[in-house]
Amino acid sequence: MKTIQEIAAEMEREFGAFEDWMDKYNYLIEMGKSVPMIDSQYRTDAYLIKGCQSRVWLQAELEGGRVVFRADSDAVITRGIAAMLIRVFSGQTTQDIISADTSFIDRIGLQEHLSPTRSNGLLSMLKQMKLFALAFQARESSKGQN
Amino acid sequence: MTHHSLLSDRIRQDFPILGQSFHNKPLVYLDNAATTQKPVQVLEAMNGYYQTINSNIHRGVYAMSVEATRQYEAAREHVRSFINASRVEEIIFTRGTTESINLVAYSYGQKFLGPGDEVLITGMEHHSNIVPWQLACERTGASLKVVPLLPDASLDMASFESLLSPRVRLLAVTHVSNVTGIVNPIFDMISAAHAHDIPVLIDGAQAVAHMQVDVRDLDCDFYCFSGHKMYGPMGIGVLYGKYDLLNILPPWQGGGEMIDQVTFSRTTYNELPYKFEAGTPNVAEAIGLDAALNYVKSIGLQRIHAHEQSLLAYLKQEMEVIGGFHFIGHHPGNSAVLSFLTEGIHFYDMGTILDKYGIAVRTGNHCAQPLMDALGINGTMRVSFGLYNQKEEIDSLLDALRRARALFL
Repeated sequence: MKTIQEIAAEMEREFGAFEDWMDKYNYLIEMGKSVPMIDSQYRTDAYLIKGCQSRVWLQAELEGGRVVFRADSDAVITRGIAAMLIRVFSGQTTQDIISADTSFIDRIGLQEHLSPTRSNGLLSMLKQMKLFALAFQARESSKGQN
Repeated sequence: MTHHSLLSDRIRQDFPILGQSFHNKPLVYLDNAATTQKPVQVLEAMNGYYQTINSNIHRGVYAMSVEATRQYEAAREHVRSFINASRVEEIIFTRGTTESINLVAYSYGQKFLGPGDEVLITGMEHHSNIVPWQLACERTGASLKVVPLLPDASLDMASFESLLSPRVRLLAVTHVSNVTGIVNPIFDMISAAHAHDIPVLIDGAQAVAHMQVDVRDLDCDFYCFSGHKMYGPMGIGVLYGKYDLLNILPPWQGGGEMIDQVTFSRTTYNELPYKFEAGTPNVAEAIGLDAALNYVKSIGLQRIHAHEQSLLAYLKQEMEVIGGFHFIGHHPGNSAVLSFLTEGIHFYDMGTILDKYGIAVRTGNHCAQPLMDALGINGTMRVSFGLYNQKEEIDSLLDALRRARALFL
């Protein structure tokens, strides 16, 4: 299993190979097609990351000590961004997700999705992923105490 | 399209911001319903204020303060004549349309709203003409009623008539929808409301830069608009209110400017319009607004209207040729706004790609979630015109729309 930093560096290289934004977006759109799709039962308001642009549904499960993420969005580019984050974070431990350095996002060059006003963008997905990891960690540690 | 109705592209020289490029593409600015760009005449007026007469107004006995006061009050008089109000005391400077509406919701609400009373708004309002009334209703025990929309996004006028009950204390309605550009029949609505003794507030944020507004002709009781949507600066807006009505409303913010005498036992308030202008006003912004009014008048609202209508007609015609677009609430006579959805492509995806081509349009719910809910959609892509837009920019937009479709479909 590769670490978060290893996968991030891999993706940085992939995106770095593209000369123009069109190729970058084409790649992102392709990635979106391979996102582990959320089960339709989770495509509900409870799993919705709200905002005024696209809608994202994000769901997570703890499987053998590792967090597995699934997502969907009604916008193709947003789905691609979700796929990118899932590739980096899905299958990692809760602690690694919580403490992950996310500066690779800047280096990939998708800054326009980083603006805090794009409340359905990258940042809110990232925050939600870390929150899932935190919640799993809290649950595990309370089990340990019992 | 009728080329003779178009304004010359020389106008663009007055707007240096428009000469920029983004993502190595010339900027095509089509988000004028959100805010308009400012001509150098406005920037120079504001700069001139700070470089020559910056001082606090209405209190200094020295020359600079006297001159700053004169210019600030001249701006108020200019606004009065621009919307044809009867008296200069009827023009209150605010931070913008939102603050104007909040002011009325607070002061009028405190004076006239109570349990059992109703405030009537419509299903196409901007959040700024919804939330202040919800707050006023919460404070006073009044309730909010909403004129529903027809499937074509226009107001259901039959329902409107039936909602004009004796319990309604105020009708608040937008002149022009910020989402669809629909121009509401406010003349008829004001007369109908007045026939039931119901005062009317008009949200004119999307109207004043695109058509002649005459508050005496309309006979509305309140009219609200922003400077920044009419080529003026941000941070300055206007509340027009009929003198007799404004005069009996309680103040809403306390502080300097708005007082007459202050003692710890009792404070008396200044006269109109100062009663509603607590604190040091936005003097530079008022002077900038004055310059913006001059600018708009120098071109003429009729010519601006004709220009924007030509652009709108051209865009719609060419989009119909391409096909695959659904127009939202488009009607003949709409203002210079076109909202649409693209078959098979989410507006966020489309907006992201258009940005790469240097094209600035708005996507999302446009601060009108109830309107989106009524239409059963999550948002739209909105193109909105200003006086400096050119046919070539629409061609750039059309080209980018074609390319984006090729990318996604």
